[in-house]
Amino acid sequence: MEATIVSSCKIKNNAVWVNGIEMKVDKSSDPVLFLTDLYKHINLSYPKFFKMDSLCKLGVLAAELAIRNNSQFENYQKEKVAIIFSNHASSIETDRNHVKTIADKSQYFPSPAIFVYTLPNIVIGEIAIKHKLTGENAFFVTEKFDEKLMHTYVSLALQSNHTTAAICGWVNVDGNDFEAVVYCVEKTKFNQDKEGFNKLHHPEVIQQLYN
Amino acid sequence: MEELIENLKKQIIEQLNLAEVNLEDIDPAAPLFGGGLGLDSIDALELIVLLEKYYGIKIQDPKDAKNIFASIQSMADYISANKK
Amino acid sequence: MNTYLGANNIVSPLGFSTSQNFDALMRGKVGVAKQRFPFSESVFCCAKIEETFLNNAFSVIANNNFYTHLEKMCILSILDVVQQSGVDFKKKENLLVISTTKGNIDILEGAYKDIDPNRAYLSAFAKTVGDYFGCINTPVVVSNACISGLLAIIIGKRLIENGNYKNVIVCGADIVSEFTLSGFKSFNALSDESSKPFDKNRVGINLGEAASSILLSADKISSVKIAAGSSANDANHISGPSRNGDGLFQAVTNTLDDSGYKKVDYISAHGTATEFNDEMESIAFSRAQLEHVPLNSLKGYYGHTLGAAGVLESVIAIQSMLSNTVIQSMGFEEQGTSQRLNVISRTESKVINSCLKTASGFGGCNAAALFEKI
Repeated sequence: MEATIVSSCKIKNNAVWVNGIEMKVDKSSDPVLFLTDLYKHINLSYPKFFKMDSLCKLGVLAAELAIRNNSQFENYQKEKVAIIFSNHASSIETDRNHVKTIADKSQYFPSPAIFVYTLPNIVIGEIAIKHKLTGENAFFVTEKFDEKLMHTYVSLALQSNHTTAAICGWVNVDGNDFEAVVYCVEKTKFNQDKEGFNKLHHPEVIQQLYN
Repeated sequence: MEELIENLKKQIIEQLNLAEVNLEDIDPAAPLFGGGLGLDSIDALELIVLLEKYYGIKIQDPKDAKNIFASIQSMADYISANKK
Repeated sequence: MNTYLGANNIVSPLGFSTSQNFDALMRGKVGVAKQRFPFSESVFCCAKIEETFLNNAFSVIANNNFYTHLEKMCILSILDVVQQSGVDFKKKENLLVISTTKGNIDILEGAYKDIDPNRAYLSAFAKTVGDYFGCINTPVVVSNACISGLLAIIIGKRLIENGNYKNVIVCGADIVSEFTLSGFKSFNALSDESSKPFDKNRVGINLGEAASSILLSADKISSVKIAAGSSANDANHISGPSRNGDGLFQAVTNTLDDSGYKKVDYISAHGTATEFNDEMESIAFSRAQLEHVPLNSLKGYYGHTLGAAGVLESVIAIQSMLSNTVIQSMGFEEQGTSQRLNVISRTESKVINSCLKTASGFGGCNAAALFEKI
């Protein structure tokens, strides 16, 4: 299935790249504060953001920027947009936080607001809710970013008549390591003469977005 | 009661991560749910944890939660009546 | 190109093979029971595999000390399928797909002294299981909440039909842990008694643990194929099911549309026995005009086995198709959803040529697949 990558956002080491160009943002040393600063910087108004765990904050911001910089996004039928993500650490940071709430028997207060984030695909749910995307979902866990698996499966998902585009990526949070690459793929034949951000959906190209 | 209400406001803002809400934005008499705070079902469950954690009060029947969490005022009334 | 569903296994409190499990269901035996745990004064009703049973079975094939509870369950389950089918993971054409929500979550709870804590990472857990079988391809891990198992089967089908692999063994597995018990309890989602899916008096979930595996193949290894499968998101709430069943309805209608098959003989539903989930399912099935189709939930027998559920319930569904038997939906007595469903009230013979399997989960995800006899 030939497809085209039409936008991308990478967030890593407290820096942000949109469609390959670095955004000017204040670099906070703390990755969680950095995400809050980025939220303000891009004028997002979404109170739910503050309820999310770090994995979801990171994924929602990266998806927001990838989607905002995809000029075709408003034309998509929202039930035909898939969200296909992967990472290494699953929800382990929030898993550790949930374990903390049950570690001390005299202070045993498991929190529903933490527990609900102990699944990696909740970030898909948050992005689906924010952008009303009701298409296919899948979350893979791999040892490291696996551009071949992502390319293979996104291509297979796009073969369906029910899918015309996909928000794809890698969103990983483990300790102070925060890393996200989110890109939009369209089921359109790649045309190298097209203006704007426009790349062939291919494992090597996906690897370049990540590097 | 005044103090309890102020504490409750602080605890709710913190526990429910209402980062963009200020203390003075919350009217103790206003409905907690379905109003401007945008609270949902997870927040309702989190308020049950809050009562237990800060006030040692366990809500025995979850069906009571709706009335207890109608407003900050109703929460404060419930806490005053049940605090050990 | 078709994908056939062949050799399979279930490792659960009801037995360590599919036939043991299916026989237990035929006799109305349940795996859930009230249990105490050292971490709580509460009694939990759940389906847990006896450690000694598991260790006895596992000691025949490897050293119990080298593997976690979940890894042992997975290896036993996959090994049964490998032995039945002869699939060799040392060949490039064969892939292992593992579906799980929490993997070795008991490592974070400090359950083991001599196990590498890195196996709390799902890829390291999968590698440990894969290495036992000498997998040449890195096992693929799907972690998509409670639809993980069914989604992994759909993913396997797509990989096979695209020619990426000839055989895919999907293994779904999760354990009952303090982690999940305390979390679901904080959600007020657990039932202290045996759960009652779709019943008027249902109050919540029982958790369960299981590993279940099934072989998907491009070769015509059985008389059941996966006609179609798809997923959809509610885009509504991360933990509350959609009030109008939108996502499940979309997954079901897309699946039926793709299959080209017009008649559904049996629905193996998700049926967690929470108020909102079962209600949502009734609305979605009614919107899809499937409310008359005989339907069951197996959660009354196994509890909710999370990442295993979609695989385990598919295995039982296929067994039901092959033996033309519908299994009683355990715990159901009285209609308890706004849309009336045809919930199976007793185990009996019935010709089943097609089965719709569905699942829904946190994050607003839903999946559906249609299994068809050829």
